[in-house]
Amino acid sequence: MKEVIERWQARVRQAASAGTPLRIQGGGSKDFYGGSCAGESFDTRELSGVVSYEPTELVVTVHGGTPLVELENVLAGQGQMLAFEPPHFGPGATVGGAVATGLSGPRRLAAGAVRDFVLGVRIIDGRGDLLSFGGQVMKNVAGYDVSRLVCGSLGTLGPIVDVSLKVLPRPALEASLRFAMNEAEAVEALNRWGGQPLPISASAWHGGVLMVRLSGAPAAVASAVTRLGGETVPDPEATSFWISVREQQHAFFADSTENGGVLWRLAVPTAAPWLGLDGDQLIEWGGGLRWLRTAASAERVRERAIALGGHATRFRGGEASVPAFQPLSPALMQIQRQLKQAFDPAGIFNPGRLYNGF
Amino acid sequence: MSAISEAVLAGEQEGDYSAVDKARVVEALSRVLPAGSLMYESEDLKPYECDGLSAYRQMPMVVVLPTTEDQVVSILKICHELQVPVVARGAGTGLSGGATPHAFGVLLSLARFNRILSVDPHSRLAVVQPGVRNLAISEAVAVHELYYAPDPSSQIACTIGGNVAENSGGVHCLKYGLTVHNVLKVRGVTIAGEIVEFGSLAPDAPGYDLLAAVIGSEGMLAVVTEVVVKLTPKPQLAQCVLAAFDDVVKAGDAVAAIIAAGIIPAGLEMMDQPATVAVEDFVHAGYPLDAKAILLCESDGTPEEVADEIARMRQVLEAGGATEVRVSRDEAERMRFWAGRKAAFPAAGRLSPDYYCMDGTIPRKRVGEMLEAIQSMERKYDLRCINVFHAGDGNLHPLILFDANQPGELERAEEFGADILELSVELGGTVTGEHGVGIEKINQMCSQFTRPELAMFFRVKAAFDPAGLLNPGKAIPTLNRCAEYGRIRVSGGQLPHPELPRF
Ligand SMILES: Cc1cc2nc3c(=O)[nH]c(=O)nc-3n(C[C@H](O)[C@H](O)[C@H](O)COP(=O)(O)OP(=O)(O)OC[C@H]3O[C@@H](n4cnc5c(N)ncnc54)[C@H](O)[C@@H]3O)c2cc1C
Repeated sequence: MKEVIERWQARVRQAASAGTPLRIQGGGSKDFYGGSCAGESFDTRELSGVVSYEPTELVVTVHGGTPLVELENVLAGQGQMLAFEPPHFGPGATVGGAVATGLSGPRRLAAGAVRDFVLGVRIIDGRGDLLSFGGQVMKNVAGYDVSRLVCGSLGTLGPIVDVSLKVLPRPALEASLRFAMNEAEAVEALNRWGGQPLPISASAWHGGVLMVRLSGAPAAVASAVTRLGGETVPDPEATSFWISVREQQHAFFADSTENGGVLWRLAVPTAAPWLGLDGDQLIEWGGGLRWLRTAASAERVRERAIALGGHATRFRGGEASVPAFQPLSPALMQIQRQLKQAFDPAGIFNPGRLYNGF
Repeated sequence: MSAISEAVLAGEQEGDYSAVDKARVVEALSRVLPAGSLMYESEDLKPYECDGLSAYRQMPMVVVLPTTEDQVVSILKICHELQVPVVARGAGTGLSGGATPHAFGVLLSLARFNRILSVDPHSRLAVVQPGVRNLAISEAVAVHELYYAPDPSSQIACTIGGNVAENSGGVHCLKYGLTVHNVLKVRGVTIAGEIVEFGSLAPDAPGYDLLAAVIGSEGMLAVVTEVVVKLTPKPQLAQCVLAAFDDVVKAGDAVAAIIAAGIIPAGLEMMDQPATVAVEDFVHAGYPLDAKAILLCESDGTPEEVADEIARMRQVLEAGGATEVRVSRDEAERMRFWAGRKAAFPAAGRLSPDYYCMDGTIPRKRVGEMLEAIQSMERKYDLRCINVFHAGDGNLHPLILFDANQPGELERAEEFGADILELSVELGGTVTGEHGVGIEKINQMCSQFTRPELAMFFRVKAAFDPAGLLNPGKAIPTLNRCAEYGRIRVSGGQLPHPELPRF
């Protein structure tokens, strides 16, 4: 492994001095996400595998190029899981890609996002230095929280050599309920339930149907089922439903980018009212995540997202000239640009993937 | 005033601010602040000379107590222009000297930013000013059956701004997370006087996660003026198990066994015998005094869930060799179990004129090893140490007892502490779990990080504060300082100073 890391360091140094952009890539399952970037392919899968795993410490350290499936299987073998339920979007998904995109799945609102579970990272910066931040312990405030900065950075701060993640036990029981509700009723109910000590671990509303998943101790799940009512959805139907939402194989997503269509991801406060945009919606995360297929212009979508206190990402499809991510205020943009400069002075890592120029 | 030098920016040197002109600074500030918000006579400055780490004292040059964000903007612009260091301060309960004033700087107290601006029970969030006390949030939202989850033992006094700056935790953070997991958005002002918002009311925000960078940044990146916190529904029921062990290593193993059984307790704390004896005298929690260590293990949820979990905890603890297992029978008894744990610091204060609280975090499985090493350090430094742990997440708070009036004791206590921290790093942990680096642990940062890592921290700081004026000299050691201290971590898995004896 040491030899691979040293080779990577040398390659980065060389690319930096020659000004050659590098396109850091794992399985390519999330290539569609973010701005497009050109560059020499830098395949992270050369460093793959679990570095250390201590179930009783609730910590696993893995190389960035490890297939996500492989890690999930190792954890499942010990009755544990990645609580942020990352989407794969293809068989090749790697752990580094999951961390770098910062995308979380259905359990996010209940359990937390990727960034909430990252304890430490080792990356190679644009000077070719191997840097280690955070660690393998649950609480650590030594130095700035660079590990979380790397989450969602889309490779623009450097390749992830390895990452330490907090893992959790799998819930003893899960049950899913179905309710007939319109959008406003569903958003209201999800927020109301969110204020009560209920073991809700996922929600998805689409086309007048709200699905809710409960996870936890059998006694807690059983009492919540009684309390919430609704229609119980049996397995395997329930399990495959949640996978279809996470992996965007659900019918809502099926032809979202056909005929020039755009799939927008709007992150908004959970209780935000109707978006006021034409099109079809799938709502997750207790109301906080709204997938939208619309013909409305990017300006209009972004205007609404800001008005509601959130932001909109052009997730799939659409014009490459429309930035994938919501533009930032000049003061924030300045800080972000300076951070990029700090890690990657030559601007070689995935240029353009996050924002114009970086 | 000369501009900041390259060497300071690169983290090689500390800035020299001795040329700051106090009269000029006072004059400029008096134009933007009312008389009662600006202090510069030494009797008024005295209360600010230290934070909770009282071994370090330093009088500030000037203290300001603004009441509006506009005033904060003006203060920072003035300090930026005149190149004056600024140290933000909440309640001053910090234990690492993060709020220790700068001799040539302005101490910016957020004490008057003490209003809860709004509570939205439906969306489960509250917008608060940074000077609001941690506990005041939970009290204000209790009517909605909600609370703010992170509960540092200092919660009656410490402010949410201080919690954000330190990424503070509490006894319930194993299950409910630290400050970083419970804050949605932070509004702040940069040293240039620019208002910035990190995070959002939505589940995430575009771009790099600056919110995470700001949380735990010890007042080095921006001055926080508003915080949006997430509120959590109160569990229907909580119950606590007290388990006694005749051996500390057995107690440590029981902690691992609970986690291995798939249980995430709402709280999981450990105290060694000297600690239980010290608090028992003081709060009469009913702890078994003959036990070498006790564990407090809490379960919360629905009544059915709690009953089920407590039964499983009891089974694991008994299988792990607990000599006694008690379950709280009612809320009063549960509070009594916790009262002892929460009184550990004051109890140490009763045992000894001074105590020094450490904060390393190590992998849970190495707790036994650490305790044995601490015992031998007690002999080496001829000082007593009592141990309380956030065992669930491996965060240790050894309390080293000493008497500062006895010549040499403070120095021995500091060396004792430094040994514990360096051993924490060696055991795969960190020098600070929740109290921050401040000025106290700045030398040990040299053991935990390599030169390029420290340099990167300086660059991250410069991305927010290019002038280097916010809390200079804290949290990240300059490379010069590390050279003087004689320890820079060598990368590649090599131990620092292999020639030193190990415990
Ligand atoms: C008895 C006791 C028990 C404790 N128990 C715990 C515990 O269980 N868990 C735990 O985590 N900590 C604990 N602490 C430590 C301390 O209470 C926390 O670190 C707390 O968050 C500090 O808050 P404060 O308002 O007192 O901040 P201060 O001490 O005033 O400041 C702390 C740091 O925050 C910065 N700061 C303060 N306000 C702002 C702002 N508005 N903007 C920018 N920077 C700011 C300061 O510059 C400084 O670096 C304990 C302390 C004591 C004395």
